[in-house]
Amino acid sequence: MAEIVRKKKNITRYFVIFIIIVITIIYLMPFLYIIYTSFRPWTDILEYPPKIVFKPSIGSYIRIFTSRTVYPPGEKLTEEEMANLSWYERIVYNETNEEVIRIGDLPRRYLNSIIIGVASTAITIILGTICAYGFSRFKVRGKDDLLFFILSTRMLPPVVVVIPVFLMFRFLGLTDTHIGLIILYTAFNVSFAVWVLKGFIDEIPIEYEEAAMVDGYTRFQAFRMIVIPQAATGIAATAVFCFIFAWNEYAFAFLLSRKIAQTVPAWLPYQMGVLGYDWGAAAAGTILFLLPALIFTIILRKHLVRGITFGAIRK
Amino acid sequence: MFKRSKDNKIERNQISYHSMRDTSLIRLFILPTIILLVVINVFPLFWSLILSFSNYSAKMLTQWGENPEMIGGVNYSRILADPDMWNKFITTAKYVLLSVGGEMILGFGLALLIQLKFKGREFITTLLILPMTMSPVIVGLMWRLFYNPNWGMFNYLLGLGRIDWISDPSRNLYSIVIVDIWMWTPFVMLLSIAGLSAIPQYLYEAAEIDRASWWSKFRRITLPIVYPILLVALIFRTMEAFKIFDLPMGITGRGAMAPPLIAMHLYNISFVTWKTSYGSAIGYIILIVIIAITSIFIKYLNKAKQ
Repeated sequence: MAEIVRKKKNITRYFVIFIIIVITIIYLMPFLYIIYTSFRPWTDILEYPPKIVFKPSIGSYIRIFTSRTVYPPGEKLTEEEMANLSWYERIVYNETNEEVIRIGDLPRRYLNSIIIGVASTAITIILGTICAYGFSRFKVRGKDDLLFFILSTRMLPPVVVVIPVFLMFRFLGLTDTHIGLIILYTAFNVSFAVWVLKGFIDEIPIEYEEAAMVDGYTRFQAFRMIVIPQAATGIAATAVFCFIFAWNEYAFAFLLSRKIAQTVPAWLPYQMGVLGYDWGAAAAGTILFLLPALIFTIILRKHLVRGITFGAIRK
Repeated sequence: MFKRSKDNKIERNQISYHSMRDTSLIRLFILPTIILLVVINVFPLFWSLILSFSNYSAKMLTQWGENPEMIGGVNYSRILADPDMWNKFITTAKYVLLSVGGEMILGFGLALLIQLKFKGREFITTLLILPMTMSPVIVGLMWRLFYNPNWGMFNYLLGLGRIDWISDPSRNLYSIVIVDIWMWTPFVMLLSIAGLSAIPQYLYEAAEIDRASWWSKFRRITLPIVYPILLVALIFRTMEAFKIFDLPMGITGRGAMAPPLIAMHLYNISFVTWKTSYGSAIGYIILIVIIAITSIFIKYLNKAKQ
């Protein structure tokens, strides 16, 4: 009898695992499709129904990185000219019959995203850590109200402040500058950072600092040499979160950057027409943009719950 | 949710620190953040409120110090009297209801399934949470390719014909809902897993002895304990879904064929037709609606916590 029950339990178990795996595969389908599209050669991209087996090509990745012109129809390169082309130029020529004229807009936008993401994250973490330490360790008048105020600024829908921010930036000449977006992202991330970091610092026993200060450390030394190393994991996790937020932000970047400081999210969706509906290149750009965030998510997975709830739920 | 119970021990230490009188240090630590938030968030909020009572357009070249004409609540009354605005609010409400509802059901269901301990569970969970931290506008772009009626895989995999999911106005709201659900179900799942793992195992063992059915275990043990955390997920998702902007921008763009969602409309009003004051008033109405909805949820949450 017990044997049968166990067998039955085992069958349900395998069934559930099977369902979970099927769901996961279905779930990843759009993502797999984009990877697949990005590696398809130019000639098959528009094929329908899509071929499952094909010869992968990195042509799409080269196209998203370069600006090209089409050779006049009928004009063929001679053997000698072909030999002079570098490897990527040859791939482009063979696939789309185009000539590479210069590096495209993507590297610049990518660099902007990195500069703005890293700078705003660094400032956020510096401001956030000292502020969180202040709230965690000192008796501040109206502490709960202040903390709630800090949180509420984050909960504020951007649509409400976007108009005055736009006017303010225009007045100060901050539109389409790196510094403008860095300030903006710092302000939007710092509330998050304070909340999550305060949770991490609260977990460090206060006795450590007290002992250090009895030994003659100043408060700043205690903060730098006791608290920071102890909270390092928490600070790193928070930094990754802030970077992902800044990396992904769209609404403000779209509105406040045109060219010089434009980030990838504000640029990539509008390349469809420019690239002559080059779906392969759009897919390649998408992959290149999503990759950093995906890697960070995988590194961060243990702290994810804590991050997405602003430290309200700790696992 | 937002106020943590005070730990007695920390309280005691804080008092002892207070006696050290480092109030100037406190200012140094906390003020920079507060000032930044006031400048970037609070000041614009008030500016927006003033703008919403005027007839300013960002296209007008006003001299510094010269104020736009104040026209009182005309913008608000015009918005509330406009049937088109009501239509937009109703569409947005429909969007929130469908997407958040779908996410709650699927996310919680997935969390229940993934409760089963098996090899590779961590790995599967990690794969499932990937969509959550992607940029919404890029996710939108990705799905635009996936949905494409001519060569996208979506119709092909589902065995549908060449259905246009993007430019058909009767359908594209639902295609955005599908993407929203795809993107944010892991969020609910992750929170539910955290909630489920907090349930003490002995409760189930006790129920097992009483020969309780699966359903009664679920109703009497699982649900009451996970309920507060589900409410937290609901609050977060509702707030986000109501102001949805980037996802539809990636999928449909904001052209004529875009579904009438309120945040997209606000952008069009404020930055395409440049009716700045009118846009500010819409922004304020959105803010009031969001605050109203979340405070109802928070009331439930506080009740559940008692």
